[in-house]
Amino acid sequence: MDEFLLIMRHEDGTKIASPEQMETWMKQTMDWIGSIAAQNKFVGGTGLPFSEARVVQSDKLVTDGPFGDIKETIGGFMHVKAESLDEAVAFAKGCPVLQGEGNTVEVRKISKKDGTH
Amino acid sequence: MPGHDLSGQFFLIMKPPELIPHLFRTEFQKITAVLCNRFGFDIIEFAEDIASETFLAAQESWPYKGLPENPAAWLHTVARHKALNHLRRSKLFRDKVSPTLAAGFTEAVVPDIDWSPGNIRDSQLRMMFAICEPSIPADAQVALALRILCGFGIEEIAAAFLTNKETINKRLSRGKGKLRQANLQFDVLTIVEINQRIEPVLTVLYLIFNEGYQSESNDEVVRSSLCAEAMRLCYQLVELEATNLPIVHALYSLMCFQASRLGARRSREGEIILYRDQDTSLWDRQLISKGGYHLNLAAQGKHLSTYHLEAGIAFWHTIKEDSLNKWENILHLFNQLLQIRYSPVAALNRSYALSKVKGNQVAILETEKLGLKDNQYYHALLGELYKEIDPVKSRSYFETALELAKTSTAKDTFRSHIERLNP
Repeated sequence: MDEFLLIMRHEDGTKIASPEQMETWMKQTMDWIGSIAAQNKFVGGTGLPFSEARVVQSDKLVTDGPFGDIKETIGGFMHVKAESLDEAVAFAKGCPVLQGEGNTVEVRKISKKDGTH
Repeated sequence: MPGHDLSGQFFLIMKPPELIPHLFRTEFQKITAVLCNRFGFDIIEFAEDIASETFLAAQESWPYKGLPENPAAWLHTVARHKALNHLRRSKLFRDKVSPTLAAGFTEAVVPDIDWSPGNIRDSQLRMMFAICEPSIPADAQVALALRILCGFGIEEIAAAFLTNKETINKRLSRGKGKLRQANLQFDVLTIVEINQRIEPVLTVLYLIFNEGYQSESNDEVVRSSLCAEAMRLCYQLVELEATNLPIVHALYSLMCFQASRLGARRSREGEIILYRDQDTSLWDRQLISKGGYHLNLAAQGKHLSTYHLEAGIAFWHTIKEDSLNKWENILHLFNQLLQIRYSPVAALNRSYALSKVKGNQVAILETEKLGLKDNQYYHALLGELYKEIDPVKSRSYFETALELAKTSTAKDTFRSHIERLNP
């Protein structure tokens, strides 16, 4: 069993959802995570609030983050176990974030600690 | 402690209690705990022997002389004399007890053992925390708790766990060995010790309760005493200031909600009655409101434990009327619970809640992903979800569940499902 990180990206993190949208979205997200957890394949994960965020540039310049120049921003991540990359991709396909046009979920394998990758 | 003895409520669903076995069971735990507390946890086997010998003496004497006016006090006095006689003769006494009694020990000076309710309670509490020594495996902790804190016989413990006496004896002796090695000196439980061990203590109580609640054992008396004992011990923690913590209230609340349905969960023939078919007039309203009271107290902390989530789920189950709101809440709580602690039972129950919120088709797809093909309840759930959609498939799932079932209770339950399916 391998472990993967599902990285959720929002095309525009500044979009404000209505409270009703918010509630629906939260329920969908909980059901999505619950479905992965019910298969005993949830390791961890969280949403990342857009408030209290900074970006540190290479010259140590600190800017308001995460959406200064670039609009696309990480909204959260999920750490899962999966038999294969395909299974991890199938989990990602269920992510409610994808309902937003332009949003993406990036699937990345987590390197094993034994150095074999 | 007037008004707090919950055991009485369970007698309503137990066979009429026989006085002497009940007395032996409650006094066994008290004598063992008090002696260990007095002389150290490493004499645990000795303490058990004394308790057993005491009952033997009662069995020999009471049939001829009649029941003493105060049977418990009679047992305490005999236990004290037996303990001191043995100790005096044994190496254990010379090495361990004698120095603590000062040099002037003679026949005439029999050191006292404190049998006051306060000391009995404190001894049992200390014993509860001692058993949860981290080096003792969880199954041995549970067996020890049942033997020493609840006074269960080896056969009763074996019946509860659907196993044999040898297995239980092995677990017990392994556990006692570790307890002796640890050689605890819990004269006073400190806050640090309580915080370190409260979670394992609650785990043991939770396991005891669940064993009673979910056991497929047909021994009704054993099942209901397991639940009653777990609740009694948990209530001791609720009552003690140092352990009166939100997480303790959460577990106690969970137990109250679940126990409220104990009287409605089995037919006279012992078959399990499904939740939706239960006669709600048999639900214990008093326990439900007690559960609500403790759930409120549980909400005061910042830490959300699995007991909080399970108590929440159990709370929603005390509301019989089906509504989308009810099942959405249950689904949400299972989603959270599974993230903290996965279990096949929770995964299957989540699927059932999902069927109530999103329909059977969605739930079937989700259930098939669970990878629990060896689990009888996986097949039973699919049998249930397919009932209307595809009766042939439904039957086939229930038949697989029947093949996988190990106990007669489970087999009877699945068989009656199959019989009730339309041909």
